[in-house]
Amino acid sequence: MTAEGIGARVLRKEDKRFLTGNGRYTDDMTMPRMGHAAFVRSTHAHARITSINTDDAMKMPGVDAVLNGHQLVADGIGNIICGWMIHSKDGSPMNMGAYRALESEIVRYVGQAIAIVIADTQQQARDAADAVIVEYEELPVVVDSLDALKEGAPQLHPEAAGNLIYDWEIGEEAATNEAFANAAHITTMDIDNNRLVPNPMEPRAALAHFDPAEEHYTLYTTSQNPHVARLVLSAFYNVAPENKLRVIAPDVGGGFGSKIFIYPEEIACLWATKRVGRPVKWTSDRTEAFLTDAHGRDHHTTAELALDANNKITGFRVKTVANLGAYMSLFSSSVPTYLYATLLSGQYNIPHIYANVKAVYTNTTPVDAYRGAGRPEATYVVERMMETVAKEVGMSPAEFRRINFIRQFPHQTPVIMAYDAGDYEASLDAAMKIIDYDGFAQRRAQSEAAGKLRGIGMSCYIEACGIAPSQAVGSLGAGVGLWESAEVRVNAVGTIEVLTGSHSHGQGHETTFAQLVSDRLGLPTESISIVHGDTDKVQMGMGTYGSRSGAVGMSAIAKALDKVEAKAKKIAAHLMEAAEGDIEIEGGELKVAGTDKKLTFTEVALAAYTAHNLPEGMEPGLKEGAFYDPTNFTFPAGCYICEVEIDPDTGVVSIENFVAADDFGTIINPMIVEGQVHGGLVQGIGQAMLENTQYDEEGQLLTASYMDYTMPRADNVPSFKLETTVTECPGNPLGMKGCGEAGAIGSPPAVINAVTDALGIRDMNMPASPNRVWQLIQDNGIKQAAE
Amino acid sequence: MYETKYHRASSVSDAAAMLKNADDGKLLSGGQTLIPTMKQRLAAPSDLIDLRHIAEMSGITKQADGSIRIGAATTHAEVASNDDIKTALSGLADLAGMIGDPHVRHMGTIGGSIANNDPAADYPAALLALGATIETNKREFSASNFFTGMFETALDEDEIVTAVILPVAANTAYAKFPNPASRYAMAGVFVAKTSAGARVAVTGAGQDGVFRMPDMEKALDSNWAAEAVVGIAPAEDNMLSDMHGTAAYRANLVTVMAKRAVAASA
Repeated sequence: MTAEGIGARVLRKEDKRFLTGNGRYTDDMTMPRMGHAAFVRSTHAHARITSINTDDAMKMPGVDAVLNGHQLVADGIGNIICGWMIHSKDGSPMNMGAYRALESEIVRYVGQAIAIVIADTQQQARDAADAVIVEYEELPVVVDSLDALKEGAPQLHPEAAGNLIYDWEIGEEAATNEAFANAAHITTMDIDNNRLVPNPMEPRAALAHFDPAEEHYTLYTTSQNPHVARLVLSAFYNVAPENKLRVIAPDVGGGFGSKIFIYPEEIACLWATKRVGRPVKWTSDRTEAFLTDAHGRDHHTTAELALDANNKITGFRVKTVANLGAYMSLFSSSVPTYLYATLLSGQYNIPHIYANVKAVYTNTTPVDAYRGAGRPEATYVVERMMETVAKEVGMSPAEFRRINFIRQFPHQTPVIMAYDAGDYEASLDAAMKIIDYDGFAQRRAQSEAAGKLRGIGMSCYIEACGIAPSQAVGSLGAGVGLWESAEVRVNAVGTIEVLTGSHSHGQGHETTFAQLVSDRLGLPTESISIVHGDTDKVQMGMGTYGSRSGAVGMSAIAKALDKVEAKAKKIAAHLMEAAEGDIEIEGGELKVAGTDKKLTFTEVALAAYTAHNLPEGMEPGLKEGAFYDPTNFTFPAGCYICEVEIDPDTGVVSIENFVAADDFGTIINPMIVEGQVHGGLVQGIGQAMLENTQYDEEGQLLTASYMDYTMPRADNVPSFKLETTVTECPGNPLGMKGCGEAGAIGSPPAVINAVTDALGIRDMNMPASPNRVWQLIQDNGIKQAAE
Repeated sequence: MYETKYHRASSVSDAAAMLKNADDGKLLSGGQTLIPTMKQRLAAPSDLIDLRHIAEMSGITKQADGSIRIGAATTHAEVASNDDIKTALSGLADLAGMIGDPHVRHMGTIGGSIANNDPAADYPAALLALGATIETNKREFSASNFFTGMFETALDEDEIVTAVILPVAANTAYAKFPNPASRYAMAGVFVAKTSAGARVAVTGAGQDGVFRMPDMEKALDSNWAAEAVVGIAPAEDNMLSDMHGTAAYRANLVTVMAKRAVAASA
């Protein structure tokens, strides 16, 4: 290890440009003759378009073109796809409605793109978009997934009868039912998971350029995975073959999943740039982001847990209805299935699990992966159940979990996952110690003396990250492999460029990836540059989501470094006339073990490029690439405990203590990991206490701005207490598990378990807003009890 | 935002003339509501007449009778940090310090805020409770005649608020329950012991904007203590109701905030 190697708190290399306003985001890019795009969007949640009149708009100053879906389809632009095939329990493939980048017949959610206007300035484009007259014949609207399944509900797509996309199952139903038949205790809960809007700081943007001489397109865009974007744009939307399309995702200001997907606007800009013969730029405003960025969560679930007479869990039965919105976004189908139900075993030894998931169309914004993607929903169900069941059978929540923890690894759950390593009790013990769990009764008494209600709740989460073995996800319906690539280029002077298919949009890869190289070669991080986000520079990659860049992306770099080291050792051995096996790399030098003979890494690199004296038959140069395909998911896990105090007069919940004890395996940079955990916790606490996406009956989004959508702010959260326990992941060379999503996955049930504990009630929905909590206090006569 | 013409007025009469000459002019006095509304394309004035640089409209003066005169173009930050106000009307200084965030407090002005009369704005509660006089380029209003309803005032279309005059009062305090999302008041209660007796004014909660709580005032007249207002709540029928707070919840908040304001007023 070096001063900047694995485990060091190296300050982020990228922060200088971000903090000094020198970041280069898509909206910062400009091109000669660039036109600006604005979209004409549906004002109705469900309507037939009877006419689109562009006459007035075309006459407005600066307007170049107004293009609609008829022209898009005529030009052969393909429908938007969903890249993960799910089969219903009867074996039939999922029912997918046609999704066009510009819709010209029936619009199905407010904000859906109908036409694109290109003008000289953004203002002109927006003015002209306002002047496009769309006439509609309104159709009945349905926004809730349970309503959409009802007999006689408005029908969205002819392809999906009854609005049912799939009726999927996992686990053994008969064996699970038998466990319930023999149970000593059964607990049933209805559990909703509220819909969220992702809200990355930078809204989506696209700048498309077509070079007619080369028949070549360039797209700057806000993507978490530019190579996947290029693949999908080429293979499915017929924009251009891959060799004629360069996708660049420069600095990207947050994604949280919402920038994985290929949206209508990016496709329309690419298509339009050729039609109008000039570069086309579009930058979403915040209202458009609320209306069109894929939302997250939105589940209705009924869960049942069966126990034997010793309070050991014998069966778990879950029925979930998932709202996927009006269309199927790129990975939407996988979120409530393989990313959700496969985690329903939690940290527990559950012999029988059966889950049934119905995915449903509604007249709302499409729903797809959002920080955690399926795993927060699973964790919320599991951990709300565990806490509630423990209380029902008269056990402490910790003790009930302890007697049901998985303690032997590997562990095969009944729902596909094979957990490789973990020590769940270690996280639980650490969290309980830090929060002084035993002192809670005293703290509660103090709160009660002051007229306040106090509660404590825990959550022992597990997630599957680093997605994932390509063969495994392929067998489950994924349209892509989920490996990662890396290339390590050593320059002649010994500096290094690492090309990676991972994409950094807040994760700090430029620092942590350099730390890995520094650790291996003993070079300072300043001599190591990370190159990412450009399909012309990096050959291929799968991008960043699912907490995979460490476990998968860095493993690919480690594999490429193995090859670089092997070749460097061969050169050094040759130059120093030593045996290759005696060469050690340390502190930026290649040494002959047991002697004082050594060469600097720079000298070896230079020798590789001068090629004056290389081993017989060796090619010049020092540059190696690798593809890494994991053998399994990774399984970060941990224990979060939340302690709240409630003001019964106003219903305001304040988090007094929050402890997160996580097992992420190997940690490269503890400071960056803490930042990731803090961010995840705030998003999870946001879901539990503040954020809630609401539509009215007409399908209008009521929470379409920060006036009504409650984003968490610094004063909503306490100073977190963090701890890590470590079991190394055996599945990758670095022992890493991933940390990007844990906070958002583990925290909501801890918060709600604490709030229900304080109120002395069993059930409540998120978010625990002041009004909702106050109403629960009134309905349950709690205030009197406290005084 | 649609295109608009910006004018910087140098005097009140200059501003009045500019407004008269504009097709569809709007007075700009900090713009903390107007500019976001324009950015969302929900307002499209042909001309903006900026009042913030009119010398006669800015500044805070303590007058001979002890009352405080605040120029309409005075920012919230200036009110919050003014020593005379902190001494004579500490509740008002606290209120100004709770408006929005530091950016808003350094741009937004008292005149702009009261002329807009957002039902969730803070100042109307203070002005109504303190019995303020609102001075315009045409006349004077008492606060009780000035605020006429949600986003409505007694101002003529072309009338410009020039100053607010606040008589001194004892035991002033403001307690605000912020909307969790916007942080505007869901219930903001200003209490004061004025020369005319106890005054309690409520913003953020009522359907018709700011209102007084006569029952609370009566109770406080005989006993200026937090317990005095317990059990006194406004009628739910008159309360706003939305996704952040039902009418019942808001009515409860009025009582709770009144209690806290009185407790803080000592």
